[in-house]
Amino acid sequence: MTETTSPEQVGSSRVKRGLAEMLKGGVIMDVVTAAQARIAEDAGAVAVMALERVPADIRSQGGVARMSDPDLIDSIRAEVNIPVMAKARIGHFVEAQILQALEVDYIDESEVLSPADYVNHIDKWNFTIPFVCGATNLGEALRRITEGAAMIRSKGEAGTGDVSEATKHIRTIKGEIARLSSLGKDELYVAAKELQAPYELVAEIAATGKLPVVLFTAGGVATPADAAMMMQLGADGVFVGSGIFKSGNPEQRAAAIVKAVTFFDDAKIIADVSRGLGEAMVGINVTDIPAPHRLATRGW
Amino acid sequence: MPDSVLVDLPAPAVPGAVTESARQGDAPIGVLALQGDFREHADVLRALGAEVVLVRRPEELARVGGLVIPGGESSVMDKLARMFGLFEPLRAAVQDGLPVYGTCAGLIMLADTVLDGIAGQQSIGGLDIIVRRNAFGSQAASFETDLQVAVLSGAPMHAAFIRAPVVERVGPAATALARLADGRCVAVEQGNLLGTSFHPEITGDYRFHEYFLRRVAAAALRR
Repeated sequence: MTETTSPEQVGSSRVKRGLAEMLKGGVIMDVVTAAQARIAEDAGAVAVMALERVPADIRSQGGVARMSDPDLIDSIRAEVNIPVMAKARIGHFVEAQILQALEVDYIDESEVLSPADYVNHIDKWNFTIPFVCGATNLGEALRRITEGAAMIRSKGEAGTGDVSEATKHIRTIKGEIARLSSLGKDELYVAAKELQAPYELVAEIAATGKLPVVLFTAGGVATPADAAMMMQLGADGVFVGSGIFKSGNPEQRAAAIVKAVTFFDDAKIIADVSRGLGEAMVGINVTDIPAPHRLATRGW
Repeated sequence: MPDSVLVDLPAPAVPGAVTESARQGDAPIGVLALQGDFREHADVLRALGAEVVLVRRPEELARVGGLVIPGGESSVMDKLARMFGLFEPLRAAVQDGLPVYGTCAGLIMLADTVLDGIAGQQSIGGLDIIVRRNAFGSQAASFETDLQVAVLSGAPMHAAFIRAPVVERVGPAATALARLADGRCVAVEQGNLLGTSFHPEITGDYRFHEYFLRRVAAAALRR
């Protein structure tokens, strides 16, 4: 970083949350190699998530999933100019310290990896780098924001290509926000208790009708139509994990999903970009863990 | 919760000329809505009395009397603009004198020359400047600071720089409006074009937007 002589503040909430604001209307893509990162950037990704295995592989291969090798993250940072995100295990503050030292642009405290702490999440206020965290409902989102998350993504069910859980989570969060807006001031105290979230934050959301941070959606998005549906349901943008690089034609699918997110309300454009994309990620129901031999035919 | 970003937005500073402009220039103000924080810009412009159109298609661009290019990922905006036939109309509109204000990615889009773009990245151009994309490094270096801006009356402007670009060279046709303490240029104007490395749309200081709307009004009167 170049120093200037004026008083400057790095790592403020405004610049942490602000980077997420700039990613809105965009697609963040999981990549496991520099070559995939190149494809993602060329296709119009607003950021990439650098990881060693996409969720579909983590799901099928099993074992403990951890932060990626710093060499891998460095190779992806060297390849692209768009922001690079990376995942730390839930509660693993040392993995987060490492990712901060590597100067990634965003840390995903992610349920896709194996949790390192089944009680506590990372105290994210301690970091200059912003965090994105998953949530299945409003209370979970507010607890993550209270811990310092600067961006929320609905969780969905990563690695399945089944969008139903993502739909459920974004609808739940949006519905709970709408309900808060309808409550009287005296009812917000109980709402805060039920949401297990600080009253001040609950009251703020009741007043503004939205989260104080950007809300993306994730987990199971595999087609342009999936992505546009998430946007129509009120997401600010979309994470696509296994859906791109577990499909038959990643370049074309990635670009199609980018276009569908920008023109999420234009069915004709979504129809056009949905043509001839080749094999989608082989879908599996969230309740049905696939046999490894089926996964072997998906990737490249 | 430490370090809350919930600031009270200051009331617009006597936007008399601005309100007038919104009436005199019949055409609405466009906000390029391909990607980025376009809603924040739209909210600011509406708060200042402007009618706002989100621009994703050439026919939407054709309706506007001024355009804001928001913060976001310049490489993505460039790509989408070219894919959907908006790039050449944007370039033609700039050459035709349409007032345009770009913040961060928008400044990059308006620069004649872009350094550190992604492979094949193009810009609309119009500002006689060389811009370096993401000039401060990773998000760890994103910062807030106060800037003296000569063309804006009142207090220094508090500015947020988020993976921000810097104007490395201001050509003879362009004018620097603000510099960091180390001298690097972060705001420029040239004719009807205005660009800032930072994001007034998220800090609650509307003076650059007012400055832009006055320019839109003046351009409308000349036509």
